[in-house]
Amino acid sequence: MTDPALLVALPLLASVVPATLAFVRERLGWPVALATLLSQTVLAFAVAADAVDGTPVVADVGGVPPPFGIRLVVDPLTAPFVVLVAVASLGVLAYTRAAGPRSGPFYSVYLLLVAGLTGVCVTADVFNLYVFLEISGIAAYALVARSPGGKAAFAALRYLLVGTVGASLYLFGVGYAYVATGTLAMAELSQAVPTAEPTLLVAAFGLMATGLGVKMALYPLHTWKPAAYDHAPDGVTALLAALVSTVAAYALVRLLLSAFTVDLFALAVFVQPTLLAIASLSILAGSVLAFREQRFARRLAYSSVSQFGIVLVGVAVATPSGVTGAVVHLVGHSVMKAGAFLAVGVVVVRYGAETVEEYRGLAATAPFLAGAIAVFLLGLVGIPPTVGFAGKFYVALGAAQAGAWLPFALVLASTLFSLAYFVPVLQRMFVEGPEPVATGSDHVGMRASVAGAVVATLALGVTATLLEELLAPFLEVVL
Amino acid sequence: MLGKAAYVVAVLLVGIGLYVLVADRNLVKKVVGLNVFQTGIFLFFVAAGFREGGSAPLLSRPSPYVNPVPHVLILTAIVVGVSLTGVALALVVRLYREYGTLDETTLREVVE
Repeated sequence: MTDPALLVALPLLASVVPATLAFVRERLGWPVALATLLSQTVLAFAVAADAVDGTPVVADVGGVPPPFGIRLVVDPLTAPFVVLVAVASLGVLAYTRAAGPRSGPFYSVYLLLVAGLTGVCVTADVFNLYVFLEISGIAAYALVARSPGGKAAFAALRYLLVGTVGASLYLFGVGYAYVATGTLAMAELSQAVPTAEPTLLVAAFGLMATGLGVKMALYPLHTWKPAAYDHAPDGVTALLAALVSTVAAYALVRLLLSAFTVDLFALAVFVQPTLLAIASLSILAGSVLAFREQRFARRLAYSSVSQFGIVLVGVAVATPSGVTGAVVHLVGHSVMKAGAFLAVGVVVVRYGAETVEEYRGLAATAPFLAGAIAVFLLGLVGIPPTVGFAGKFYVALGAAQAGAWLPFALVLASTLFSLAYFVPVLQRMFVEGPEPVATGSDHVGMRASVAGAVVATLALGVTATLLEELLAPFLEVVL
Repeated sequence: MLGKAAYVVAVLLVGIGLYVLVADRNLVKKVVGLNVFQTGIFLFFVAAGFREGGSAPLLSRPSPYVNPVPHVLILTAIVVGVSLTGVALALVVRLYREYGTLDETTLREVVE
C-alpha cells in the first residue's frame, strides 16, 4: 500500500534540487525533473491502482488521528486526477526540453507546481487544500512570468492579484465552515452539515466556490486567463491549461460531494440554480469572447472558459451521469487543451504564426501538425470518437436526467458555438493558401509530445466508459 | 454588541483592501491593498477563535483557553501572504525596470 504522502513529498523535496544544482551546472534541471516525474508517474499509477480496487487509500499525516490531524485520501474520484497531473507534467516536460526555459530555477518551480497540484488532489482537509492551492498558485504565477520581456510579467501580476483574491475568498469560506461546524476535515464536515447553521454553511460554500471559480476561470472571474495563456512560455501555457484549472474544478467537485454533500442543495434552494446560471453564463460568454478573438492562444483560453462552464453544469446537477461527465470532460479537456497549446507552440517556433489569419495554408507545409491541431479542435467541439464527445455526452445526459433544460440546451449548443470559432481556423489551415514560411525549427521532443496528446485524445474517447465504471461505486455513496 | 466589533473591522478591512486593489492605479498600492484584504480575513479567523474569559493557549495558564486552531491556521496563511507579496513585488520591480512606470493604466496600454 503506497503512502499518498509520497506523491506530494517526492516532487516537493525534488524541487529543491534543480535550483541548487544550477550553482554547479546550469543544465541539470531537466534530467532531475525527468527522474522525479517518471517516479511520480509510477507512484501515481500504483496509488491509483490501490484506490480503485476497493477501499480508498487513506493516510494520516504524521500519524495524528482525525479530526485533529490532516488526512490524505485517494479514492476513485482522486485517482484519475493524480495520474493526470503526473502524466501531463511528464508530457510537457518532453516539450520543454527543446522549447522551454531550461534553467534550474524553472524546473524547481515546475516540480513545486506538480507537488501543489497533487496535494490538492489527495488532501481531505479543507485548510490543507488552501495551502496546496496557494503553493500551486505561486508556482503558476512564477512560471507565467518566465517569458522574457514585460508582457509576461504584467500578465503574471494580474494572474497573481486575481488568483490571490480568489484563494483568499476560499480561505474566508474555510473560516465560515470552521465557525459553523468546528472542524476542518472533510469527513467530519459532511457529518456536521445537517446540524450546523444553514446560513453559515451556505455562505462558506459560496465563498469557497467563488474562490475556486476564480482558479477555474469561470465568467466573470476569468479575466486573468487570456493574458496569462498568451504571454507565458508555450510549455508553461500547456501545463497550466492542462492542470491548474482542472485541479481547481476537482477541488470544487470534492467540496460539493465529500465536504458539504448534496444536502446543501436542500438547505438553500438558490444554490443549485445559481451554480447552473454561472455555468450557463460561462458557456455563452466564453463562446462569444472566443469568436471575437483573433489571437489563437487567447481564443483557446476563452474556449477554456466555455468548457469549464460545461464541467460546472455536470457538477451542479449532481447526478451520477453529470458528475461522471464532469470528470471525463475535465480529463479530456486537459489532454486536448494541452495538446492544442503544445501544437501552437510548435507553430510559433516554426512559423511565428500567432493570429488565426497567420494559420493560412498550414496543412500544405505541415500536414501532421495541422492534422493534430484538427484532432484537438474537433475534440473540443465534441466530435466522436474524441474524448470531448464523451464528456459532453455524459454532462448533457446528466443535465437531462436532472431536468435542467436550459443548461442541457446550452451544453448541446456549445458544440455549435465551438464550431463557429474553430472552423475558421480549420478552414484557414486546410483550405486556403498561401503557405507560411518557416522561420525557425522545432525539435522532435516537441512534436512527440503533440503526438502523445493526439493519441491520448482518441484513446480516452474510446475508454471513457471505463472511467464511468471507476467512478460508479464512489458516486453511489455520495449521491 | 462590542464583541462583534472585531467582525465589523474584519469586513471593513476586506472591503478597503479590495477597493484599493481594484481602484488604485499604482501597482505597489495594489499589492498593499491585497495585504490589507488578507489581513481582514486573518482578523475574522482570530476573532472567531476568541473566547470570553479565555486565556492564552499555554499549558501554564488556567483553562478555559481561546481556540488555538485559528491561530495556527493564520500563521500558515500569513506565511502564504508573505510569499505572495514577495513574488508580486518581484514582478513589480521587473515591470518598473522594463517600462519605467508603476502606473497600471499606462502599462495596460503599452502591454496590450
